[in-house]
Amino acid sequence: MNQLPEPANILRFTAAERWTHRTLGILMGVLLITAAVLYLPGASAVIGYRPVMRNVHVIAGFLLPIPIIVACFFWAFRQDLRRLNRFSPNDWKWLRSRKRRNGEIPVGKFNAGQKLNSAFVLGSIIVLLATGLVMYFNRFFPDDVRTGSTFVHDWLALLVAIATAGHMWMAYGDATARKGMLTGSVPVEWAEKEHGEWANEVAGETTQQSR
Amino acid sequence: MVSRENRRPEPNEEEIPLSRRMSIPVASLLQMCFHKRVEQPLKSPPAAAGAPVGRRIVLGMVGLGALGIIFGRTASQAVNSSVATAAPGLSGVLPGTGGFRIYTVTNGYPEYNVDKYRLTVTGLVSTPLSLSLADLTELPQTGMTKDFQCVTGWRVDDVPWSGVLLSDVLNAAGADLTAEALRFTSFDGAYTESLTMEQGLRPDVLVATTMFGQPITEEHGAPVRMYVAPMYGYKSIKWLSGIEVGEKVVPGYWEERGYAVDAWVGNSNGMTDEPIT
Repeated sequence: MNQLPEPANILRFTAAERWTHRTLGILMGVLLITAAVLYLPGASAVIGYRPVMRNVHVIAGFLLPIPIIVACFFWAFRQDLRRLNRFSPNDWKWLRSRKRRNGEIPVGKFNAGQKLNSAFVLGSIIVLLATGLVMYFNRFFPDDVRTGSTFVHDWLALLVAIATAGHMWMAYGDATARKGMLTGSVPVEWAEKEHGEWANEVAGETTQQSR
Repeated sequence: MVSRENRRPEPNEEEIPLSRRMSIPVASLLQMCFHKRVEQPLKSPPAAAGAPVGRRIVLGMVGLGALGIIFGRTASQAVNSSVATAAPGLSGVLPGTGGFRIYTVTNGYPEYNVDKYRLTVTGLVSTPLSLSLADLTELPQTGMTKDFQCVTGWRVDDVPWSGVLLSDVLNAAGADLTAEALRFTSFDGAYTESLTMEQGLRPDVLVATTMFGQPITEEHGAPVRMYVAPMYGYKSIKWLSGIEVGEKVVPGYWEERGYAVDAWVGNSNGMTDEPIT
């Protein structure tokens, strides 16, 4: 069979993955902004509109798990979950390395930072949703549980805000990664440098099929 | 550039679980809807390798969250007081530090002028009053150190308050003490509150002008607010501008929105908080 030219771009995210990321991102943004207005004294002073902010926050909070649940019906997303869950020996090496960005440690489709971030965000969503439900239906819970939930919700939200800022900072620094999430595909060279193992995986399949 | 054809992996049919077979066409359909480029199919990852760290993190966080809910009350008091002591400036940025959460029902804090501020006392009174801050300081001053309990669950212990007892204000205006009701208005233009006359005459209901030994700050309702000690915080109207003596209790802002009119701490709104005495 004729040799096929190497594809310049490889598929990184299907529409299902991209729309999951997009809707989660929008909801998370709405939640963080309304949370800031609700709980930071400085922001409450400038903006106010507490009842509106509260309703928007509660509705966005209730909607937050829906993109994840819907995404679970998509094969590509479930494969991503599998990949994000497992830490390979290279992931640990990558995490400990100071020069992790030079591409010498070939990591899979997701690097260890992305894996940690996704696990943290999923854990946070579960805990924030549970404590948020206690806060919203507060009359059904004893005082200690309400105060405890409020405490957990506030401080975890602060950590999520920091993690989200970090996530956006990393994305700001890598236009190709952003393009991958926007259009779904990335250049092979980028994949080879940032996600070497995954690039090999994809290339392996290509070679097999073009035999 | 030659774009590659959209090829699907074709392993034996019986190896593909039904759910995967169902989701592939849906995903492809969505991709066709939202994206024109022809893409290679995604590849399934190699067999699970390495420890399931992600799952451990998620489960660990759920466990920590549960612990936080159980021990959070103690922890939050410790954190709030240590932040308040170590870095008082942070309480404007961090949530819940200093114990209080600031709620407004309007856009920002209402503006006022210390010199022009007046508290009006009207309705069933023999002498309607329009009290300046100076007038208020000439009335008998009362101080008390009591907790502030919000209906949303947080409580600030031992807050020092001072000002004029509501009963002293009512007496100064010659209010008809057989009237049934009191209505409070705020110069934020939206918030209102209510008490019965019997409740308003209690010795722990204060027209407050200071908190923590300082003039009341903007976010706490400067220059004058109510402090209704035995009731949930929403009764303690901030930015107080008017007291009206009337015949019938008119439910206040939150009471029109479902909260109890008689908002005793621990005995209303379905709550079991420790009463404030």
